[in-house]
Amino acid sequence: MTEINSISRRSFLKSSGSLTIWFSFAGKSFAQIGSSVQRKSPSQLDSYIAIRADGTVDIFFGKMDMGQGVNVSIAQIVADELDVPIESINVVMGDTALTVNQGGGSGSTAIELGSRPIRQAAAEARRYLLELGARRLGLLRAQVSARDASVYFVDNPSETISYSELIGNQYFDVKLNWNGTYGNNLNITGIATLKNPNQYKYIGYSHVRPEIASITFGEYEYITDIKVPGMWHARVIRPTKIGATLISYDLDSISMIADVEVIQNLDFIAVIALKEWHAIKAARDLDVVWSDGEADLPTHENIYDHIKSSSSIRLTSGEPREQDIAPDLTDYNRAMSYAAQTITAEYHYPFQSHASIGPACSVCDVRDNEVILYTATQKPHYAAEGVAKLLGYDISNVRAIWVPGPGSFGRNDAGDCALDAAMISYLSKRPIRLQGMRADGIQWDPKSPASVHMGSATFNANGDVIAYKFNSKGFSAGDIESNESNPSHSLVGMQTGLEINHTPRFLNPSDKYEFPNQVRYWETIQPIVDRASPLRTSHLRDPLGPQIHFASESFIDEMAFASKTDPIEFRLKYLSEARDREVIQSVADRYAWQPGVASTNPVRDGSIRIGRGVAYTRRNNTVVAIICELRVNVQTGRIYPQKFIVASDQGIIINPLWLRRTIEGNVIHATSRALLEEVHFDDNTVISKDWLSYKTIDIDLAPYDIDIVLINHNDLPPYGAGEPSSRTIIPAIANAFFDATGLRLRSVPFLREKVLIALGTAAG
Amino acid sequence: MASFELKVNNTAHTVDCDEDTPLLYVLRDELDYKNPRFGCGLAQCGSCTVLINGSPARSCMLPVSAISGDITTIEGIGSPNAPHPVQTAFIEEQAMFCGYCMNGWILEAVAFLDSNPNPSESNIRRHFSNLKCRCGSHSAIIKAIIKASELYD
Repeated sequence: MTEINSISRRSFLKSSGSLTIWFSFAGKSFAQIGSSVQRKSPSQLDSYIAIRADGTVDIFFGKMDMGQGVNVSIAQIVADELDVPIESINVVMGDTALTVNQGGGSGSTAIELGSRPIRQAAAEARRYLLELGARRLGLLRAQVSARDASVYFVDNPSETISYSELIGNQYFDVKLNWNGTYGNNLNITGIATLKNPNQYKYIGYSHVRPEIASITFGEYEYITDIKVPGMWHARVIRPTKIGATLISYDLDSISMIADVEVIQNLDFIAVIALKEWHAIKAARDLDVVWSDGEADLPTHENIYDHIKSSSSIRLTSGEPREQDIAPDLTDYNRAMSYAAQTITAEYHYPFQSHASIGPACSVCDVRDNEVILYTATQKPHYAAEGVAKLLGYDISNVRAIWVPGPGSFGRNDAGDCALDAAMISYLSKRPIRLQGMRADGIQWDPKSPASVHMGSATFNANGDVIAYKFNSKGFSAGDIESNESNPSHSLVGMQTGLEINHTPRFLNPSDKYEFPNQVRYWETIQPIVDRASPLRTSHLRDPLGPQIHFASESFIDEMAFASKTDPIEFRLKYLSEARDREVIQSVADRYAWQPGVASTNPVRDGSIRIGRGVAYTRRNNTVVAIICELRVNVQTGRIYPQKFIVASDQGIIINPLWLRRTIEGNVIHATSRALLEEVHFDDNTVISKDWLSYKTIDIDLAPYDIDIVLINHNDLPPYGAGEPSSRTIIPAIANAFFDATGLRLRSVPFLREKVLIALGTAAG
Repeated sequence: MASFELKVNNTAHTVDCDEDTPLLYVLRDELDYKNPRFGCGLAQCGSCTVLINGSPARSCMLPVSAISGDITTIEGIGSPNAPHPVQTAFIEEQAMFCGYCMNGWILEAVAFLDSNPNPSESNIRRHFSNLKCRCGSHSAIIKAIIKASELYD
């Protein structure tokens, strides 16, 4: 056994080395045109597209797919814009040496923003191939067109030349105008004209995901399957208490385990072993002494009192990235003097965990002159940047290769795993495969923030809303950033003494209600512990959306009830934009909604109460309305959301099949968050660490009857669908519960115990 | 260290490892059967499932020294040229997102349908409630298992 506990900084090492690992659209392998660790230029057509001698088309996409078929939609868009068969397209994702930084998987933007440069690149390639083809056929540009990966003479279609003959295995060397931005907003312009929707042959039609056959036959490769020569297995040992620092460890405690080393740097400690089982046992058995940690921490039981009583570090009416705008209550307060009725309500939302199906895994090889990192993080470009900064390498010498992993919905444990693996490889001078244990993905992943929300509405004697206030107070969604580019925001960075920083970030409800005299604002408080906390908060599917809209759309329902108005009619009364009205009307029509004030005529069947509830939200440009029909067993307190109708408008539809599947996944995941999910913690640590102590929905309770109304707008660009329905589900369930019982659930999750207490209170 | 004989998908293997090593790590690290997957290491999720003499077993908490019987992994139930009806149904229903947990669902479904040829939705909900999926494939899985049962006929 050896101990390694020093770290030195290096910089400006010369770039070298290359590596040939490819991920392809259809599970096929293929060769590549040159590679090195260095980055591609966003202003070169070749950075996005390559046509091979065998006619296959490689698309280099700087985002990735989390199992929702984003790559298939990208292939559909390219097939239409480039005039090639979809089967010939390979979408290469998330390798920092092969793709430009388009922001990775982020905020439902893969299609809305990520497809824009890819689409433009495909159009530019087609334009260039038409010019080249016309020359090679001895024709004028106006005399040729393209179809099926070939340029042909319009007057004599048998005169044709294929794309692969024109440019197979060669560079385009075409310059594009790049907007100078990396990340989600990276975009390019060129001179090609994009196609019209009436020319589409692939967009708008259902396509399956080829990966599914590969997974089903056991041929698919996940991050956990990566092996490199000389690789050792690592496990990280986390503090036993929040805020604890490392005092000592006893090597004798693992002396009976073969081929094992302890890797330690300040408060960061890990074990590595030649055999994976030995690493697991050594991490389990190593005797580590930690300090006592922080005293007098708030606990799960009093967290909402803690939030309400803590001083805010930021309070604003504006967007998180804007300067603070103090909420102006002048008009709101003036309107109050005309009040015939005022209602207020307070809502609570807990910390939730990503709890991905498998804990994160990374394979990292830190060499003298370069770093190769295999990672399933959604943001490999940023992970490479974080590793470079953590170890003092130049970014041009760090290559991150994205490999599919256990499904993630934001910054889960994958980001920390990548930086941990890099640190362990650096200190041990070995290639390292690090996989978390179950607790690393539930107890120690970044959490979605707990929060308190307050609604207040005032009505005149006619029942019209004359003032509306909605404010949120909670932990920040930016306690750590949503990507790993800053190692200060990683556990290993925080445990090895990097300076802590923190971005206060929350949001207001996203809807288009036109209430007079309305004011919305948010405030954030300090994290419970500012260093290496298992309760550090960041992005989890639809960041802040479920919290805010559970509260805001529940409160809208309370307003409808207070004004004795049908909940659909009430929403429509205050919405004027056509797309908002359309989703609500669509969902009501599909359900055959009979107007009526909620809970005035509940359906009862023995101990069962049946109710219906509606909610509507926006997320960026996507608009969703959902009706939930549920049963409540008043004896057991169990809620069965048995039917969901979802109306979703995300602009032009690319792949209806996988759009539906993606919405279904949102419905089930968000139902789990509504009914069951909350992180438990005491004044020492997070107690939720496995599937018994962090409850999630299983197949016995999962919604089955999910009816999706897709609203297609060919005149609009495609917008995001990966997350928007998540925020709409939870209030739809809460509002249906009210309809069924006449009682409000104002605290997520809607556990049986809470339901029984609510029902008992009502009986008393 | 001890030596163990394992029969996996009708192929005999001999492995040398500690006798307390769970079968999962033997299959994945020593024998390159990558489809049993680490999900929890606590036998709570099913991602590590293998069939032993046709019955589902959770390989993450099963010491290799305790194994007696023939092991089947997902590669052993069917192939693209000769798919098992459960595989055909899961592909046709497109019944997964990330797919990391699917090893467990598919092998569990193979064993389940052998003894429950015509399951109802509620049979399926009861039987499979100890498998985890975090992407929300559950409704598609129910449809896929019902479809697979029809393909058996």
